[in-house]
Amino acid sequence: MSLIHAFFAIVRRDLLLAFRRRAEAANPLFFFVLVVTLFPLAVGAQPNLLQAMAPGVIWVSALLAALLSLDGLFRSDFEDGSLEQLLLSPHPLSVLVLGKVTSHWLVTGLPLLLVAPLLAVFLGLPEQAMPTLWLTLILATPLLSLIGAIGVALTVGLRRGGMILSLLVLPLYIPVLIFASSAVDRAASGLPVTAQINILLAMLLMALVLTPLPTAAALKMSVN
Amino acid sequence: MEYSHSAKLDIAELSCSRDDRQLFSGLSFSLQRGQVLLLEGSNGSGKTTLLRILCGFRPADGGQIYWIGQPLAGSSYFADMAYVGHADGIKKELTVLENLRFALALSQPGHYSIEQALQKVQLAGYDDNLVQTLSAGQKRRLSLARLLVTHNILWILDEPFTSLDKQGIELIETLMDDHVKNGGMVILTSHHDLSLSHLSLQRIHLDSCL
Repeated sequence: MSLIHAFFAIVRRDLLLAFRRRAEAANPLFFFVLVVTLFPLAVGAQPNLLQAMAPGVIWVSALLAALLSLDGLFRSDFEDGSLEQLLLSPHPLSVLVLGKVTSHWLVTGLPLLLVAPLLAVFLGLPEQAMPTLWLTLILATPLLSLIGAIGVALTVGLRRGGMILSLLVLPLYIPVLIFASSAVDRAASGLPVTAQINILLAMLLMALVLTPLPTAAALKMSVN
Repeated sequence: MEYSHSAKLDIAELSCSRDDRQLFSGLSFSLQRGQVLLLEGSNGSGKTTLLRILCGFRPADGGQIYWIGQPLAGSSYFADMAYVGHADGIKKELTVLENLRFALALSQPGHYSIEQALQKVQLAGYDDNLVQTLSAGQKRRLSLARLLVTHNILWILDEPFTSLDKQGIELIETLMDDHVKNGGMVILTSHHDLSLSHLSLQRIHLDSCL
């Protein structure tokens, strides 16, 4: 069948799998909510401090939640041999990989997008920063999945790849973190954020085009 | 000439070593439509490694592989072959039907419809069962049903008889028989002796290919 058909078959299958393993799939979201809600308890009821920290807290939690969810991207496929079957498909592996990353984002990134505004209110983020927070999350959470996929593909063959995965991926996440949280920060003070948003958008577009290729190559190495 | 009539796998001077140990070298054979190749050898003699080289998962240390006279990368090889390895390659959280539909989406449709294939591997009626509720032998038969629903000429089977009972083994032999009679090829490793007497069966003993 056609390539588009194969792409959507992968997205559909992975969504179905996530649905059948709901508890596991909800973990990153749970982690995200937990970390953000713990901050006010630890820092104390100081509205000004919390408000100032809100962009950073939300973004660091989102990033760690994304990191936590990464390992599941290829792990089960690797273990049950589905990954070998993907590799043997006559379709280009990079497109199939993009399908897997898409459904991974739908399962782990999209829920963050939905609860983040609630948590932002909880931390007292000014209302004027909400649209920017949303926009940065929409642009940057897929970016986290795309970049992370390279790291997972490289480490999926290792028995305890978790530590190496963090070391590989975190440096690449830092630019995302800087631009995204600074955009929210500036929006909270009523400053323009066009530059940060443009850079995030550019990074996302580049990652969409460029990351599936190294991810596919790394998967081939891991299956070896 | 239609490519599918002349499909042929040629292996020339293939060699592979692992951790400084030579597994095999100077391995040459060719396989045509209607032929079965049985790889034999003691444990650790490189049977699985050879199959993984044939699947393109790992590069050979030397030698060439040709499909219809062309190197694998430029040929229709990956559209024409199917592999069932130690891992079944099926998702235990999905139903039998969902697994086969997914396999079909990644490949070209083959001779049989999903219903026919399930009938053939005696899993008819299990369509909506989650794979995790199936027994090991049923899972194995499901992974072989995948070979029937997708288009392929060459089957690469790594120990296909593991966890199958006597009837299961007979069933797989019948499937291979049909496949080969329809012009397919099979490469397999097995500890069982095959009862495919009337087929053109090649044997390669890997221990003697050093």
